[in-house]
This record gives sequence, structure tokens and C-alpha cells, in this order.
Amino acid sequence: MTPPIIDHSAHPAIPLAPVPVRQVAVRKRGRRLTVARIGIYAFLFTAALFFLLPLYVMIVTSLKPMEEIRAGGIFALPHAATLEPWRQAWSGVCTGAACEGIRGGFWNSVLITVPSTLITILVGAVNGYALSFWRARGANLLFGILLAGAFVPVQVMIYPLVRVMALAGIFGSLPAIVLVHVIFGMPVMTLLFRNYYAGVPQELFQAARIDGGGFWRIFLQVMLPMSLPVIVVAGIMQVTGVWNDYILGLVFAGRDHLPMTVELNNVIMTTTGTRQYNVNMAATILTALLPLALYFVSGRWFVRGIAAGAVKG
Amino acid sequence: MKRTFARITPYAALSPMALTVIVAYVGAALWTLRISLTSSRTFPSGEFIGLAQYQRLFDNERWMLSLHNLAVYGVLFILACLAIGFLLAVFIDQRVRGEGVLRTVFLYPYAMSFVATGLVWQWLLTPGDGIDGALRAWGWHGLHLDWIVRQDMVVYTIVIATVWQASGLVMALVLAGLRGIDPDIWKAARLDGIPAWRVYAQVVLPMLWPTIATVLLLLSTAVVKLYDAVVAMTQGGPGTASEVPTKFIMDHLFLRSNVGLASAGAVVLLVPVLALLAPYAYARSRKEAT
Repeated sequence: MTPPIIDHSAHPAIPLAPVPVRQVAVRKRGRRLTVARIGIYAFLFTAALFFLLPLYVMIVTSLKPMEEIRAGGIFALPHAATLEPWRQAWSGVCTGAACEGIRGGFWNSVLITVPSTLITILVGAVNGYALSFWRARGANLLFGILLAGAFVPVQVMIYPLVRVMALAGIFGSLPAIVLVHVIFGMPVMTLLFRNYYAGVPQELFQAARIDGGGFWRIFLQVMLPMSLPVIVVAGIMQVTGVWNDYILGLVFAGRDHLPMTVELNNVIMTTTGTRQYNVNMAATILTALLPLALYFVSGRWFVRGIAAGAVKG
Repeated sequence: MKRTFARITPYAALSPMALTVIVAYVGAALWTLRISLTSSRTFPSGEFIGLAQYQRLFDNERWMLSLHNLAVYGVLFILACLAIGFLLAVFIDQRVRGEGVLRTVFLYPYAMSFVATGLVWQWLLTPGDGIDGALRAWGWHGLHLDWIVRQDMVVYTIVIATVWQASGLVMALVLAGLRGIDPDIWKAARLDGIPAWRVYAQVVLPMLWPTIATVLLLLSTAVVKLYDAVVAMTQGGPGTASEVPTKFIMDHLFLRSNVGLASAGAVVLLVPVLALLAPYAYARSRKEAT
């Protein structure tokens, strides 16, 4: 990079040259840019269509009566739009033995998501705080293994966990599924808080120590109040993760607390006779609605969560 | 008394993490390893049979097929996600209008569960009624989009669905990386008259290496974990054409009462994950040492 700069300064004629050269370059670039920019927008527009296509098809399919779907034209707008499939999906469709729609699954998912989110965030915050400010022996090694655990397929741990929970008498219950979500949500939550507290000046912590603050007092009165941004990000990530989980709910939640994703899959798999595509799509939208709404409302925070959770790992 | 109490408080506070790591992660994985060395069927048994389960596993046609599927799926999924995500990020980075809208559009599938993703694409790819029917209605009779019911093509449908779901993530991470690059590099390149695509290929891409390493780690562990999308989209079918190792393990654990064989499969899955994590852990420890 340096030789050209030396070259330029070595030639007294050069200082005049850049002006016309740059003008030419700009004009050239400007003309070329219009063509290039059309290409850029065409590419982005096509890509956006591809990404939006499934959402569009989901919505129009869920609003059509079955006759229209059978008549073909998956992309066609509904002629006689109806909300009947949505009603069916919410409160009428069969999820296995019962035919009460997926609203039961919705409330189960709420019941699972709320404690799983609150507890995991709290544990993650305490972990991150302790890791950042208190030098506990062996803590960093434990944290390293915890992080590695986030990348391991749950199938490696699932059977022993089932056995332990069966021994403890909680297998197939709400506490079991919440506990499992806390276990598998802990790596990312801890990472988020640890990275956040790493940006807090050590002097602040030292000052609180000198003022006689203990472990919990500093956590509750100094650290937690300034953790609101990371709590929001952590909440978004954990709610999305728990809500979208399928395999853990399937194994640990038990028949009475199956989350919405499992019930949704049951709806589609247990259909007898002709498939009710419209009802299926309405049920799919209903299941995806909460994380999607969360994403559209909190877009920037969502991206920040991904970046904070992933890049610094 | 008070001082010792104060000293153990951090340890007490970290005990949930310690329990999780020691019992639920390491302990459970070791137990799985132990079970894989026994003749366990419905329940764990104490009868050690050495590596016989592993031998059975690699003689099992369904397991070998699921490994093969995972390899094909993994290569295509990672390459497609990287290519699409990188292109989207670079094009968005050209100071385009509506950047916020575009980013939202490309990333929203990532907020959807694999189950929902699988079910939507199952409907889109249903022969006759899905896109296939629309193509025929538009007069393209030669085209049969029946991949999802064809044994030789079904894996590609899972690639399409999951790439749709995950490439926005690559876009978001690469875009964040691009925004972190020193603008002086662009000024210098412009002065030297180097075309933009060459700057991207020869200067920016190498500089984004840490981002790409992270993306690769995320994508490849997602490959190994692939389960929900397959269950929702094809249930491993038609026949066993889209079986994957995670599904093989789940079926043998909970439906076929062959815990020993399933545990051997789980241990085999652990190997590539640890191999992927090793260089990452090494880089981290070196960074911390300096």
C-alpha cells in the first residue's frame, strides 16, 4: 500500500493530475453504476420474492375453502375468503385423539415458555455476573464445557435425562420440560450476560466492593438495574427458542403439556382422508405467530441477540 | 464465619451451572457412552459387550443411509447458505434503498420453527396441488416438481426448506462483519482503481474470516442436529430415503426399544461436533493466553 503514496509525492506533476482523472473516473463510474444498480435491485427484489413466497402462500391458503384449493392455483388469491379454517385450526381440528384444535397447545406453550424464560434468564444473569467479576476457581473451565454443550445434539444427553427424571418422578410433567429448557438454554443466556458484563468497568464493581457490597447486593442493586438491554435481548432469544422447540417438548412435556409445535405436527400427521391444507396452514401460521410478531416488533434487538450470541462465541 | 460465607457465595451462585455441566452434560454423555457398550434393549443393562453395538450400527443399512443423507445434505446446505447469505449481504451493503425492509424480509424465516418451516414447504412442494400444479396450470407440462415423493430427490427438498430458513442468519452476520471493515480500505481500493468484486473476493473475504468461521460452526452444528424439519416435512420418507442420524437415534430410543444401538449412534454423532469445536477452543485459548 505504501509505495504508490511515495510515488505520488515524488512526482511534482501528480498533484494536478488527480483532478481530471478523478472526474473521468466518477463519470464513468456513474454511468456504469446505473446498469449495475438495476442489477443489484433486480437481484434483491427476486430474492425478496423467494423469501416472501412461503409466507404469502401460507396466508392465502389459510383463507381459501377446500374447493378452491382443489381447483388448483396455489398462488391465486382467494375468491371467497373465509376465516373458517382459522376457527377450525384454533378450536376444532383433531390433534391425535382429541378434536379441540391447537388452542390447548397454545396455552401449554405459554405455560412452558414463561417459567423457562424467566428462570433461564435469571440463572444466565447470575452466571454471567459471577464469571465476570468473581474469580471462582474452575468457573471458566465449566463455562467452556457449558458453551461446547450448546453445539452437541440433544440426542447425546436425552436418554440419561429421561431416566433421571423418571427416577425423580417428574418425567412427563411441566417441571420436567421447564428444567430441560433451563438446562439447554443456559449456555446462550450465560454467554449473553457474560459478554454484557465484560463491558462494565471493573472500577464500578471495585467501588461497590469498597462500599461493603456483597455478592448478591452488588448483583441486585448495581448490575441488574443496568442490565435492561441485555435482558430484553435474552428474553427475545429465549422465548423464540423455547416456543419453537419441538424435540424437547415431544420427549419431556408429557401428554398433558404438549407444546404447540408438537400439537401442530400431530394435526398434520393424524389427518385422515383428504388433507385440509387450509386448516393446516392456518394452524401453522398460528404456531409461528408469536415468534414472528416478536421478530417484526423487535427486529433490531433480535438481530443484536443473534450477533451477540453467535459472533462472540 | 461471615468471611467464609462471603467467600463461598460465588461458588453457591454458580452451582446451577456446575450441576448442569457435570450432571446434565458431561454425566449424561458419559452415561450414553456407557450404555453404548452394553447389550441394552428396552432398559439399560449392565452386560458389557464391547464395541458390538458399533459394529451392528455400521452394518445397519438405515444408519449408513442416514449418514450418507446427512453428508449430502450438509455439504449442499452449508454451501447454499454461505453463497446466498454472502451475496445478499454484499448486495445490501451497496447503499440500497429500503435496506431495513430487505433485512427484515431475509431474516424473518429464522424466527420460524423448523416444524413450521417443514410444513410450509411440504405444502408448497406437494405434487399436484402445490407449486407443481401451478406450473402445470401455466402450461409447463414437461416439469414435474415431485421431488418430495421421489427417493432420489427428497434430500434436496429438505435443503431448500432449511436454506430458506437459515440463509438470512448468514446474511445478518456477514453484513455485521462488512460494516465493521475499515472504510479506508475502500478508499484505497478506489484510488488504485480496483473493481469492487475483486476487493470483495481478495481483500474483504479474507478479512471476514472470523465471521465466516463462526457461521461455519453454527451451520455445521445445525446440520448434525437436523431433526425437526425432517420429521415435519417427510418423516424420513418416502420409505427411508430422507432418514437422518438424529431420527434414527430417536426412533431406536423411543419406538424400537433398542437403547444400546441408539446410544452408539449418539456417540458417533458426538465425534464430528467435538472435532468441529476443537479448533475453535484452541483459537480461544490462544487468544486468551496472549
